[in-house]
Amino acid sequence: MMFAGLFVKNKQHIKYYAIAGTIIAFIANWYDGQLAGGSSTVLYGMLEVSSVSVLFNGIAIGCTFLYFLLCGSAFEKVGEDVADYFALVFFILAGITLTASFSNLLMLFLAIEIISIPQYILAGADKKNLKSNEASLKYFLTGSFTTGILLMGIALLYGATGSFNIREMGLGTGDLSPLALCGILLTGFALAFKVSAAPFHFWTPDVYDGSPTVFTAFMATIVKAASFLAFIRLFHVSFSEGSITGHWQLILAIITAATLLIGNFTAVFQQSVKRMLAYSSIAQAGFMLFAVVAFNETATQGIMLYAIAYSVATIGIFSILLKLKDYTFEGYNGLARTQPLLALANTVFLLSLAGIPLTAGFFAKYFLLSAAVQQGNLLWLVIVGVLCAAISAYYYFRVIMAMYFKTGDAETNAPITGGYKGLLVTAVAVVIILGVFPGLILQFL
Amino acid sequence: MLTVLLILIPLVTGLITFGLKGPAAKVFSLLSSLASLVVAVIAWQQFSAAPESLQFTQSWIPQLGSQFNVGLDGMGTMLCLLTAISFPLIFITVYNRDYEKPGAFYGLMLLSQAGLIGVFTAYDALLFYVFWELALIPVYFLCSMWGGERAVPVTFKFFVYTFAGSLLMLVGIIYIYFQTPDHSFSWTSFTSLQLSTQDQSWLFWLFFVAFAIKMPVFPFHTWQPDTYEQSPTPVTMVLSGIMVKMGLFGVIRWLLPVLPQGAFMWQEVAIVLSIIGIIYASCIAIMQSDLKRLIAYSSIAHIGLMSAAIFANNEQSMQGVQVQMFNHGINIIGLWIVVEIIQNRLNIKNMSEMGGIASYAPKLAIVLVVVSLANIALPLTNGFIGEFLMFSGLFQYNAWFAAIAGLAIILAAVYMLRMLQKVIFGEANALTATTTDLKSGEMLAIGAVIVVIFFLGVYPKPLLELVHSTTAIVNATAWVK
Repeated sequence: MMFAGLFVKNKQHIKYYAIAGTIIAFIANWYDGQLAGGSSTVLYGMLEVSSVSVLFNGIAIGCTFLYFLLCGSAFEKVGEDVADYFALVFFILAGITLTASFSNLLMLFLAIEIISIPQYILAGADKKNLKSNEASLKYFLTGSFTTGILLMGIALLYGATGSFNIREMGLGTGDLSPLALCGILLTGFALAFKVSAAPFHFWTPDVYDGSPTVFTAFMATIVKAASFLAFIRLFHVSFSEGSITGHWQLILAIITAATLLIGNFTAVFQQSVKRMLAYSSIAQAGFMLFAVVAFNETATQGIMLYAIAYSVATIGIFSILLKLKDYTFEGYNGLARTQPLLALANTVFLLSLAGIPLTAGFFAKYFLLSAAVQQGNLLWLVIVGVLCAAISAYYYFRVIMAMYFKTGDAETNAPITGGYKGLLVTAVAVVIILGVFPGLILQFL
Repeated sequence: MLTVLLILIPLVTGLITFGLKGPAAKVFSLLSSLASLVVAVIAWQQFSAAPESLQFTQSWIPQLGSQFNVGLDGMGTMLCLLTAISFPLIFITVYNRDYEKPGAFYGLMLLSQAGLIGVFTAYDALLFYVFWELALIPVYFLCSMWGGERAVPVTFKFFVYTFAGSLLMLVGIIYIYFQTPDHSFSWTSFTSLQLSTQDQSWLFWLFFVAFAIKMPVFPFHTWQPDTYEQSPTPVTMVLSGIMVKMGLFGVIRWLLPVLPQGAFMWQEVAIVLSIIGIIYASCIAIMQSDLKRLIAYSSIAHIGLMSAAIFANNEQSMQGVQVQMFNHGINIIGLWIVVEIIQNRLNIKNMSEMGGIASYAPKLAIVLVVVSLANIALPLTNGFIGEFLMFSGLFQYNAWFAAIAGLAIILAAVYMLRMLQKVIFGEANALTATTTDLKSGEMLAIGAVIVVIFFLGVYPKPLLELVHSTTAIVNATAWVK
């Protein structure tokens, strides 16, 4: 994709090359899964191809494919360098595939950076917009700061264990050295920054709000899910043996509760749907943190379902947002009358985010709650989680109320083509089918 | 397969109805509801002949051990019958009303019917939860889109209340699921599980709050009067006639057999809350001037009595509750039919603006009197036997509780007779003098209600026999374990 801009003159065609690229990547990933069978390591043991990584990569590539289809045309409106934007998204995708299969801390560092640097650029892609510039700078500064913390954490872990390999660090045996403990805390905090968990979430609303909407859709979904997978891999493989878990589980549980409460309560007071989605992404991050805190098989199943349910629904919502002129709640007033299909699709996506049964979001939440309940000592966190889910219904339903029960003429600023409608219906079908038969995804694990 | 058909008919026809326009939507949904009624009656017959043929199990999510397991016991059959009778009555009552976007309106109504039947037939806890929510979502849209001026915020409050309660129940379901040896959601696994007393103690509240919100029991009732008032009447009929029974049903099907010790520990608290609700709601009902709110508060009082009787821990009260679930459904739908007719004619809800209707619409006045008397459980009406059994059961448990709850009978007579006096007797005004009497469609709907009222008032045996098996199961599994 890097060179696509050199050869393709018509900017509108670049999207099709990108779509073809995701299809090739998808096939390659599937082939990789077939080749690896159960599990295998490559690159001197630095990467591990397993059913989890293959499935997650499949979900990430599939969601990127859907993202290109639904939001691809909006790339042209951001600026001149359309081919570069697509290329940057592919770079991020490359980083995502590494997060799903790293087995070495250096590879984790590389993966996080490969994901982050293109995002700093994409956040500032709308060069003439001051908010976009601010978002980019803010993201870059906080991101660089986090990188430093992550690197420090990795260095301390190496110092304590003498290994970068997450399976060979042997943290669970013997007494835990203060060095290792600091390393765990620092890597934990750095990853909490990346997934915008409270109290490290302050960059999120401004960056998501300031970035061109089309890129926010990508940052808030697939990228976030990937960061969670990195989180899970590191904590579940290296930090979950012996008595070590006790050191970080309570801290992470408190971070989870804080993320849920702050994300949900702040989202309630937002006036713009885009900003509400930014805060809701913090709230959803709180739910996804359940998967990290509860380290069991159900958690892995849950994060897979969450990745697909949350990504498809949020990409769908953002793609509809991109078509609207006004991003405030009032901008949605009467959408059900002017664009019934858009309103219906948006409703299904919002119901999925709220976790209503018969949508994929329900089973995503169900598995993560199950994982936490199974853990036994986290029931208080589960109760906080479900009460927050009830609060989340408030802001998601505000959009539904605006679309269906308020009078107005929600205006669109882009043509709503038949093809786009067809894609939306497909995305809705995915959400509902996975809401009835979540086993369709889980069978690959 | 009959049980699956009961769910599938409204589900599929509901989805089809979304695509229909104009009168086709109401005709189609009426036909669909009649088809459901026929299947429900056949299922009822089948229940007495070969009950095991009504069970249906199909693998659903093997990774979770959840099955699509539906079936009918006596109580389930009775509630499915109530649902199947109610929907045609509702559709006939509003047949002459023209709703905006009829396809969506009737489609959502049928989807809520599918959800309700699903709740009453599910024998898998996860499936039960899914149907529980499926019944809620269409009602949310129905109330918000076709309700009164304040419908949107009011319905939203109702939704958030119920959703929060449901989520707490979900946590309880997940917890119990992990305790089952075979990791299954099936009713059999849940009920055969021996949970520790400590677990049952807190799990009780997770379930009870969800059911108490739905019933509603004091202090979880605050959503109810506003929602009943603001909802369009057909939806209020669904809510008060059938949906509140979901809470009572949940207690009998899931709470008592799964958490018997929890229920035993907290039964007194539950009864006291229910009795507070009875007295409190009856007193407020007396002060109401809005007809819809009066009926809403009277419903809180009636449901409160049923909730108290469930926890009274004996066979008579349990049988009384189940019989009353059916009879209350029929009576309150009858009341709402009359309210809908009055509202359709006069477009007012305030009782101080009414009066003298009896002179201009005598048939309407007679049916309102009959339904009101059934609602206060006069002997020879269907309400009597249920209330008698419930009070008798409550008396066996604690005479004081029965005495205080018994005040509800007097209070109910006060507010219902006061309502009758204000609405149909007295001086007519310019508006009420224009009231026309019942039309043939309305006569058909309310006539059917009155036939049921008198038939079950004189001969309640079929109903008692139908629910007898469930009472036996609950008493065997719930209190003895």
